[in-house]
This record gives sequence, C-alpha cells and structure tokens, in this order.
Amino acid sequence: MPKNNTRLLTRRQTLKSIGAAAGAGLVMPSIARMAHASTQGPIRLGFEVHRTGIGSSYGRWYERVGTAAAKRINAMGGINGREVEIIAEDDGTDPRRGAEVVERFASLHECDAVFGTLFSHVVFGAAPRAGELKMPYFVISEGYHVAGGLLNRYSFQPGITDVRAQVKAMAPYVSQNLGKKVTMFIPDFAFGHDHRDFFSEAIKNQGGEVLEVIAIPPTETSFTRYFPRIPRDTEMIYHVMVGPAVLTFVRELGEFFGGRGPALFGYIDSLEAVDTASPGLEFLEGSHFWEGMPRFMQPDADAHEKMYREAVGIDENGASVDDPRDISTAGHMFGVWETLSVIKMGMEMSGYQTRADTGSFIEAVESLTKFPLSDDFPQGEKIFNGKTHQVFGHQNISLVEPDGKLKRVHRTSIEDTLYENDVDYTTQSL
Amino acid sequence: MTREQKSLWLHAAVVLVLGALYFVLPEYHAGNLARIMVLAVYAMGYNLLFGYTGLLSLGHAMFFAAGMYGFGLAVNHGGLPAGAAVLIGIAATLVVSVVVGFLALRTRDVAFMIVMLMFAQTGYLIILYFGEFTRGDEGFVVQQAQRGLFGFDLSAQGIRYWAALILFSACLLGIAKGVNSRFGKALVAVRENEERARMLGYDTHRLKFLAVVLSGVLSGAAGAAYGLLFGYIGSTFATVQYSIFPLLWVLLGGAGTTLGPFVGVLFMFYLIDLSSFLTDAYMFIAGIALLLLTMFAPKGIVGQIRASRVPWLP
Amino acid sequence: MEFGPHLLLASLEGAVSAAVLALTAMGLSIVFGVMRIVNVAHGEFFMLGAVLAWWIASMIGAHPAVGFVVAIVIAPLAVGVIAAVADKVILQRIGYDPERTIVATIGLLYILQQAALMTFGPDARPVTPPFNQRIDLPWFEFTKNGLGLFWPWGLSITSYKLFVVLAAILILTGVWLLMTRTRFGLIMRATQQDREMSQAFGVPVDNVFAYVFGLGAALAAIGAVLVVPVQQAHYLMGHDPLLLSFIVVIIGGLGSLPGTVIAAVLIGMSDGIISVFFSPTLAKIVATMAVAMVLVFRPQGLVGKAAS
Repeated sequence: MPKNNTRLLTRRQTLKSIGAAAGAGLVMPSIARMAHASTQGPIRLGFEVHRTGIGSSYGRWYERVGTAAAKRINAMGGINGREVEIIAEDDGTDPRRGAEVVERFASLHECDAVFGTLFSHVVFGAAPRAGELKMPYFVISEGYHVAGGLLNRYSFQPGITDVRAQVKAMAPYVSQNLGKKVTMFIPDFAFGHDHRDFFSEAIKNQGGEVLEVIAIPPTETSFTRYFPRIPRDTEMIYHVMVGPAVLTFVRELGEFFGGRGPALFGYIDSLEAVDTASPGLEFLEGSHFWEGMPRFMQPDADAHEKMYREAVGIDENGASVDDPRDISTAGHMFGVWETLSVIKMGMEMSGYQTRADTGSFIEAVESLTKFPLSDDFPQGEKIFNGKTHQVFGHQNISLVEPDGKLKRVHRTSIEDTLYENDVDYTTQSL
Repeated sequence: MTREQKSLWLHAAVVLVLGALYFVLPEYHAGNLARIMVLAVYAMGYNLLFGYTGLLSLGHAMFFAAGMYGFGLAVNHGGLPAGAAVLIGIAATLVVSVVVGFLALRTRDVAFMIVMLMFAQTGYLIILYFGEFTRGDEGFVVQQAQRGLFGFDLSAQGIRYWAALILFSACLLGIAKGVNSRFGKALVAVRENEERARMLGYDTHRLKFLAVVLSGVLSGAAGAAYGLLFGYIGSTFATVQYSIFPLLWVLLGGAGTTLGPFVGVLFMFYLIDLSSFLTDAYMFIAGIALLLLTMFAPKGIVGQIRASRVPWLP
Repeated sequence: MEFGPHLLLASLEGAVSAAVLALTAMGLSIVFGVMRIVNVAHGEFFMLGAVLAWWIASMIGAHPAVGFVVAIVIAPLAVGVIAAVADKVILQRIGYDPERTIVATIGLLYILQQAALMTFGPDARPVTPPFNQRIDLPWFEFTKNGLGLFWPWGLSITSYKLFVVLAAILILTGVWLLMTRTRFGLIMRATQQDREMSQAFGVPVDNVFAYVFGLGAALAAIGAVLVVPVQQAHYLMGHDPLLLSFIVVIIGGLGSLPGTVIAAVLIGMSDGIISVFFSPTLAKIVATMAVAMVLVFRPQGLVGKAAS
C-alpha cells in the first residue's frame, strides 16, 4: 500500500536524521548514498491498481508485490541513487478511469513512469493517453495487445509472457499427454478469443483439432446448461475463465462429469485467488493447469524463488502468511516484481534523471535482450524483444495432486513461446 | 432584461469562462474539463428526455455506444477520415433511436425504463457477440494518426480542449434556445401533464418520439466525440453503469435546467477525483454524497438555486 | 448430448434459477407494490445475504449443515434490520419521492458495495452445501424391445439443487399466507390500496413501510443464502439479481404477487431452454430481446390488467 510505503520512507528518513545527528555510522551505506542524491527527490512510479471492480482480487496482490519489490529496490540503494516512491491509485478496473488515472500520474503526481495494469480493456483505455502524454506505460496483463502492435511506443510488457506465446508453448505437451480432440471453454471476451484463435492454430500444428468452442457471456453465473454442448468424442477440455464466477464454473464442470469425463486442462486464471481445496473441487485431482509461476512451493525451488516468496509474504501453499485463507494470484503477480526490475535496469542504463530523459529510457529498455534468472527475475530467465516490447519466458504445467496441491510436471523452453514479430515499435517516433 | 436575454447572457458567460479557464488551469485540470464537457453533452442529451419530457430511461448507454462504435468502426474497418466517421456515428445513433423510440414508446413509466434497459443490454451483448470486429470487452484504440479533423490533431491537449468546448457550447446554446421555443414548451407540457397536453391538441406521442430521437442523437454525438477525442472505443461504455451515470449527473445537477447536466458531471467527477486523494473507498464517499444531496437538495444543485434564490435561472 | 436429455437438463437448471429469482423478485415486488418505489439497492441486499452466510458459516466451522441452518435464520434477519434502518433514516426523510428514492438507493448501493469490499474482500468465497449428492437421471429410448431407460452422459442434478427449489416453494407459500391470512398482511394490502385512507384508519404507515422494506430485503437475502452453496459470495454479485428481479416484477405486472412468481418461473426456465438452441451469448441476446418485446406488446405485464 502506498501509505505504508510512505510511512516506511518517513521512518527511514527519520532514521537518517537521527543517524546524522548522532554523527555515527548508524545508517547503512546504501541509505547514506541515497541521502546524497536525494536533492532531486525520489523517482516516482505511478502504480495503476485494480483495487475495486472485477479485477480487485488480482489488484490486491499486485499491490503487495509492487510494494515489496520497491522496498527491496530501495534497500539496495534505489534507482540511480534515488529512492523509489510508489504512488498507487485505483482505476476501478474501468477503462475510462484508467485513462484518467494515467493523467493524474502524468500531470498531478509528476511520475516518471507508470506500471501495473492487468485487465486488457483497461490497458486499451489507458494506453492511448499514456502515449499522448509520452509516459512510459508498463503493463502486466498477459494480453496480446502490446506484441500485437495495437498500442504505441510507450507501452511495454516486460514482466509476463503474452497469451499467444503461452498458448503456443502449451500445445505440444497437452496434445501429447492429454488429448488431441479439444473442446474449449472461454469467456466471450477478446481475451477468450485470443485463446481460441491461437490455441486452434497451435493444436492443428500438433495434429490435433478443436471440436467445439463454447464462449460464455461475461454476466453468466451458472454454467451446467452449456455442458451438454461438449461433443462426446472430446478427449480434453481446455478452460480459461475469468471473474467472480470461475469457481462456480469449475465446480459445475466437476458435478456434470461426476469424475468420468475427459481430461481437463485449464489456465490458472480459472482458479486464481481461489483455494484449490475448496469444497466441491475434489474432482480437479489429476487435472492440469498452466501457471506463470507455481503457486505451491515446488521441491526444486531455487534460492531466488524462495527469496521472492518470502519478500511478498506467501507461504508454501501460495496463501498470505497472515491468513491461510487469503490465496494469492501467484500465477501472474511475479510480473509486477520483474517489471520493476526492468524499469530499474532501463533507468540505470540510460542514466535517467528527469522526464526529459524519457526518450533515452525508452530506447534503453528497447535495447534489452535477456534477463537472467536472479533475485530480479525469480520466475526464471527471459528473452526480451525490443521491437515488439514483449518478454518471453518459461511456462509451467502443473498437476493437481490428491491433497489439492499443484505440482509442476513440465516446464516449457523459451523457444517454444517465440513467434514472428507483428510490429516494430522502434519505427514509431518518440 | 427579459428572461430570455438574461438566459442568453448567462450561457454566453459560461462559455466565455470555460474558454478563459483554459489559459488559467493547470494541465491536469484542463484535461479533466475537456472530458467533463464531452460527458456533459451526453448528460444534456439525457436531460432533454428526462428533465424536459419526463421520460426516465435506463438505456442511454446504447445511444452513447452507438455513436462511439459507429465512429470507431468506420475509422478502423471502413478506413474513413474522422469527420465522415463522426457523421456515421451520429447516423447510427439516429437509426437506433428511431427504432427504439418507435418500440419503447408503446410503454410508459417503469415499463419504459425497463424496456430501454433491455434494449441497452441487448446492444451491449451484440458488441460482445461480434467481437471479431469490435474486439469485445477489450475494445480498440483509434490511433493518433486517425484522429485528425480539418487538419487539426485532436489528440493534442489544446486542440482537444477547444474541440470539446465548441461541441459543448453548440449543444448548450442550442438547448437554451430550444427550451424556449414552442417545441421545448410543448415537451414540458407533456412532462407536467400528458393528458392535458393531449386535450390541448398536442400530438403527445409524436412529441415524445421526437424527444427520444433528439436525446439519442445528442448522446450519440457525445459518444462519437469521446471516441474521437480520447481514442478509445470499448464495451464498458455500453454497460448499465453508463446508463445510470447520466441519470445521476442530471439529478444531481438539476433536472430540467440547462446548466444542471454540466454542473452534475463536474460535481461527480471532482467528488471522486478529490476523494481518491483521501481514501481508497471513494465510492463510499460518493454514496454518502448522493444520500446527502438527495435528502437536502432534492432538486439538484442548479434546481435548488433556482428554487431558493434565482427564479429566472433557465 | 441428444436433444431430449439436453432439454431436461436445461429445464432443471432453469428451475433452480427460477426458484432463487422468484424469492429475490418477490422481495422487490412487495416493496414496489406497497411502497411504490424502485429500490435500486435490492441486489446489494442479496449480496449482503450471501456475504453474511459465508461469514456465519465460516465462524461456526462445525458440520456444514449447522452453519447453513444458522445462516439461513440469521442472515435474512440481519439484512432485514439493516434495510429497515435505511428506510427509517433515509427513505422516510425524502418522503418516498420516486426519483429521489432512485438516487438515494443508488447511493446506498455504492455504500453497501464498498463496505463489503472493505470488510469481506474482493475474492469469491464458497459455502459448503449442507448435503450434496449427485443424482444421475435416466432418459428413455425406443429399442427393439420397446421402451427402455438409459443414463445419458452428464444428465444429473444434485440433491442440494432440488432442495433449493423445494425451499423456495415453501418460503413463497409462507409469504403468501402472511399476505393473505394475517393481520400484518391485511394492513399491508390496505396500505397498498390506499395510503391516506389506511392512515386515517390508524395504520402506522411509516412503521409498516419500514417492515415492508425490511421484509423485501430479507427475501432477497434468503434467496442469496440458498444460492451461495451453489454459486459463492462475491461483493459484486448483486448486479444480476437486481436486473433480473426488475424484469420479473415488470413482466409479472407491477406489484402482483402471483404474477411475480409466474414471471420468475417463465424467465428462469426460458433462460435455460433458449440456451439449448443458441450459442451462449446469442441465447442471452435472444432472451433479452424477448423480454423487451413482451413488454412492448404487453406493457401492463402478463398478469396485469390493461391500463384504463
């Protein structure tokens, strides 16, 4: 939360002054360095958060991760020796408010960059304003809008792989292990249509086919009546649902088949922020999920992942350390952490100091090509495409174990995610 | 001065003040004001039907969206220049409002409200259903290069402001003139007592039909302008939420007053914008403000001023 | 799935939504009938019922059935009290003016939604059903040996869903008895027919209105408690029940209680049955248009009398 963060900074500043007054080396060297550069004030990053509206389950966790990442960056000496100040504002998961919030960040708070938007429609609503205001705009949305060339030179997605790449990377494993004849359940959203189009293409390349696509309107609250549309010869059901009714969807799917149905493969979006041990989800045992980053601590987790999980405050089950019923959106939220790492890299490369340096900051980010597995990138190594402004990383397929936990059974290579460029943003003027 | 003259001076003054404000206001607030003026056109369109004719609709988002999508689709899929696309947007709204007006006016009161709501809901679902063209809930961006009109780049801050002001002033002055005309007075007669208006020889059904169409077209023009000036076309603008907004704006500002819609939008916008400095729970503050206003200023802000101090207020 | 079993399944699912809808819409209908106001916050009372049910059930933590039974008693009562207080504090002060009531209840809607977000949080929360057996259903076919039964793939319902339908019927019967057989019902009907006259006969109209508003909200809350083991509580869940209840109340003929039940069954069932013939979104479009057209060509509702 921004307020906590401010308090934190104030406390640190107080500490600083105490240290100075005592004239002793009480202050850590990094903070002393920050004090030196703080004549220009902090680097201000606008954080567009879905605190209310349908995105709020994600928004809350995005905010926690963003706060933790900023705290870490400040503990390491900030960016270019300056503190990072996060200014978080709610966009109500609404495209109009999203654009207004970008204006607030640019003109009112005088931010250096904006990050954080998740839901695609808000990205679409806000990105044109960010472009007009020449405000670097970093989204963590997994949509295909950035790489699809639908936005502008100021929009980036360096923290999470987009849906086209995810789907392409999933297809080989699921078609070989779960089935080649597929029925898809998607929300009747552009996001769902991307899944439909890219997966249909990818499964065809694997020698499989999509038998039926069932697109559910967003206002739907009960689903059983649509299940009879599933063709009898379906071998695998592919589901990716979003919104508050996802749990109902998954439960009713289980009730419909009574444990005798086709194999299930879902995007964790269908169960993000939902406890996999919820009543009625027993039938999920043995089904597979895509995860951007594993929710449950894996036995082979490395030191970076452990550090990240501790920093953002999630336990072995991916729930808040304060409340085991408060399940995180672990499959996506790592993108916030890694986006801040990219902003730091870009600003340090370009020696960013003021808004006048925005052009060289943008060019610096565009010049990045590889992110190594590290504390900065705990989800794993990544390839960044400076022309399409999109990042590509490893994807995980996890299996639901009898105790309701997700165990990673496959990790795709980065090469599996790559596709031809659809756009070259570097040709657009700054 | 006669009432008419006073009203003319007042509206001219409002327009001049808004023009002068551009040179005074910081960039952020000037940007907000541009948005508020476009939304105020939407609210004025709504006020024409609700405030003057007495028909409560919960489906105006369909008109706003018809204008917006008519414009956006004509630019993005038809490749038309912005000016022609705006006309297409307005034409689309005209068609929608003629059809809807013809059907919905067979009902009255709460049934009218619900029928409008149902039509708007259908419109929203149609936008989702044809996601191939509309990009469904995500919507699409109208790129900066496509947003030129008469050689002006409407995505530039200053030009956007003046364009919004021109549209807003034209509608405000037009409505100020219109409500004093025979037609405007006939609409008020329908609102006050439809039965009596009919007895007096007015074709009340025709009057109501014209009010729906005019109100729809104004709302659609606001929608097209919104797409043109802010570059985003999305199904959010077709949801029930955006049908409720103009009702709130008009009721808060003052139904059946010329300046009420603008004042209502201004008030709601800054209520949310300012309270989001204080708390995350800005909807809470908005809710309490609505309760207090309706309890203590039932005629809306402008309506209350008219009732208690300035009886000539248009 | 073949046509017959598909239709049966869709009808069964339609019956469950119809049952919950009937309860929720009945609340709105009573409020509209007696008080002549449009309560836009009705969906939020529904949401409050669901959220309270989750809260109670997770507090008790014993066998799910215990939590459920406590929830279905306490949650509607609590919601009813909140609504009655809102009526006394707000609606009574503005004299039930139709337009001001709409603004006031929109304000109430914002407040309740934000309060739920701040206390309950943004996640969807499940409540364990008190019992939940999957019941496979048979379908018939003509074979060489004559009429035979078989169990089609996926044709089933759960015992809890059947219970929801049964419970709704019982509660609606209770409401009908309350309205027709008790003194309170008599007073309500008298107030509905002529407010001034009732007042003249010593009916404390203000208090009656508070009770009615509370009762309407409590009915929505009961519907929510029943549905929450099937659907889940979420702070934005009030939106859909509000729209559907509105439609049901209008189609049923304003303030007509039997009309409301008939319309709820019709709309709940048709939503299910139309989905057999069209793709999901198209089915929604067709269903919505159908409702609009019914109103356009029969504006007084299905049961209401033609306007004089």
